[in-house]
Amino acid sequence: MNFLQVVFILTSAVTLGAAVMVVTSHRMIRAALWLVLALFGVAILFALLQAGFFAVVQVVVYIGAIAILVIFAVMLTRHAMQDEGAQVNRGWWAAVLVALGTFAGLAFLLLNWAGIGSSLGELSADEARKLIPQMGQALVSADAYVLPFEVASVLLLAALIGAIYIAREKNPQV
Amino acid sequence: MTVEWFRDPVNFITNWLNQFLLGWGLPAGVVAFLMNLIGAGLVATGAMLFCILLIWYERKLYGRIQDRLGPNRVGPWGIFQPFADMLKIFAKEYITPRGADVIPYNLAPILAVAAVLLIWAVIPFYNGAAGANLNTGALYIIAVGGLGELAIILAGIASNNKYALLGGFRAIALLLSYEVPMVLALLVPVLLARSMGMNDIVQAQGDVWYIVMAPIAAFIFFLTSVAEVGRAPFDIIEAESEIVAGFNIEYSGLKFGMFYVGEFLHAFTVSVLFAILFLGGWRGPFVDQVPVLGAVWLLVKTGVTYFLIILLRGSMPRYRTDQTMSLAWKILTPLALAVLVLTAILDKALVGSSDLVRGLALVGMNLVVWFIASRLSQASYRRSHPVEPPIGHAPVINPLVDEIGGVLE
Repeated sequence: MNFLQVVFILTSAVTLGAAVMVVTSHRMIRAALWLVLALFGVAILFALLQAGFFAVVQVVVYIGAIAILVIFAVMLTRHAMQDEGAQVNRGWWAAVLVALGTFAGLAFLLLNWAGIGSSLGELSADEARKLIPQMGQALVSADAYVLPFEVASVLLLAALIGAIYIAREKNPQV
Repeated sequence: MTVEWFRDPVNFITNWLNQFLLGWGLPAGVVAFLMNLIGAGLVATGAMLFCILLIWYERKLYGRIQDRLGPNRVGPWGIFQPFADMLKIFAKEYITPRGADVIPYNLAPILAVAAVLLIWAVIPFYNGAAGANLNTGALYIIAVGGLGELAIILAGIASNNKYALLGGFRAIALLLSYEVPMVLALLVPVLLARSMGMNDIVQAQGDVWYIVMAPIAAFIFFLTSVAEVGRAPFDIIEAESEIVAGFNIEYSGLKFGMFYVGEFLHAFTVSVLFAILFLGGWRGPFVDQVPVLGAVWLLVKTGVTYFLIILLRGSMPRYRTDQTMSLAWKILTPLALAVLVLTAILDKALVGSSDLVRGLALVGMNLVVWFIASRLSQASYRRSHPVEPPIGHAPVINPLVDEIGGVLE
């Protein structure tokens, strides 16, 4: 077991522990802070895989934007200091099903992937530099991932409209 | 050998130490780890120590702007004043308020300083001397900035104090708002240099600095950086006269000192970033012969920017919260978006032409955008602030003023 593997195991343990704390923590603010730790762990995992770009994007998008907005929203809408509520609602079994289904699907996909058993190779700086433009082109090229990319955008748009609908003030006169 | 040492001391020492440690029979991985550890320690400690001098410089200058002497008792020109302050703050008591969330409460000051120090990892001091020449440098700087916001949030929530929470709200609202135009403005040099690496951006400014080619982006970046630091005129987040001190109200001793040092260091760090992104970083005469001279040029350019920030702090009144918000969302963000999109289109359209044509086109585009934006903002200001005579009595017409068309109210 080399040094990187030790770091990997420690990071994974912290990430998973933090993720468990996100769903078991009673206070919403605490849960959000644990979420930050879990996301940071994922960023470290990306860095261990020599995917520096992803590590940085993970921190920018998930910690710098999403987690901070979540905390900000909780601070604005709840009593941040003493908010303690029930942790599950009636739909918990559906969430469990979806989570298990996603995990099974991901595990299935990864096990069928050819690269699952291969060890990490060293990337030269030149190769690493070429990877990011390649990924950018793959995201907008019709042969590669343009469809999943656009579907994800539509999903986000739907979530946005849904959030506006839920948050809109109900006006009985109209 | 002596000449080599003089030209590029950092790499000379690095190579020497590397050979020395490898000569001991340590494995290459351990040596690399040790070298990174030493480098990180040196950069972080150097930045912190530099901050002591910076506090003296700023207080002295700030005093002069207000027609005072500034610190003048301890040592020549009061230069040892920050050391006295430092010793005092070391000796102060730590107070943890009742009901505080202990871990986030203590984590916040550390994170506040760390977020600033982390930026120093990607700063190229001169050609070939940077902590880490990341090819995602610009993105890294944005990411690290997010950690600073996290520190303020933590301080606000964990202090168990209404003032701290309110101050945290204000701070986060301001920081989040100004991050949007800042990132957009930061993308313009990235676009022009075709790289996110800091050293690449400096190297791309060989002929002309980006403050000439992208003046609006430079202006927006400068303003938003000042706002991100929380300096006047954007110091509403810790308006002493209104909300005591904002998010850091419950902190005492060195924990408060960390926030204080973090703020000073942040102001200096954004000056360094501005110098790198828009003023050509380490570029200057004779850097090709003596690379280490680049550090001097960088320091000079940073000093000029920092001087401007202090001057702004000393001479501008404080914006209200609604004014800072409308400046960020109604003026800076659309302006930054327009400049970014137009720069992208223009740069792509002129990809084959000479550097002169490209530069002139970019400058012209910036002037046109600036003209349109100033006309639009003036028109909207006139619409929202119509000049009306006072209600209830007819306007007093002064015959003398009437001749030149003026109406006294």
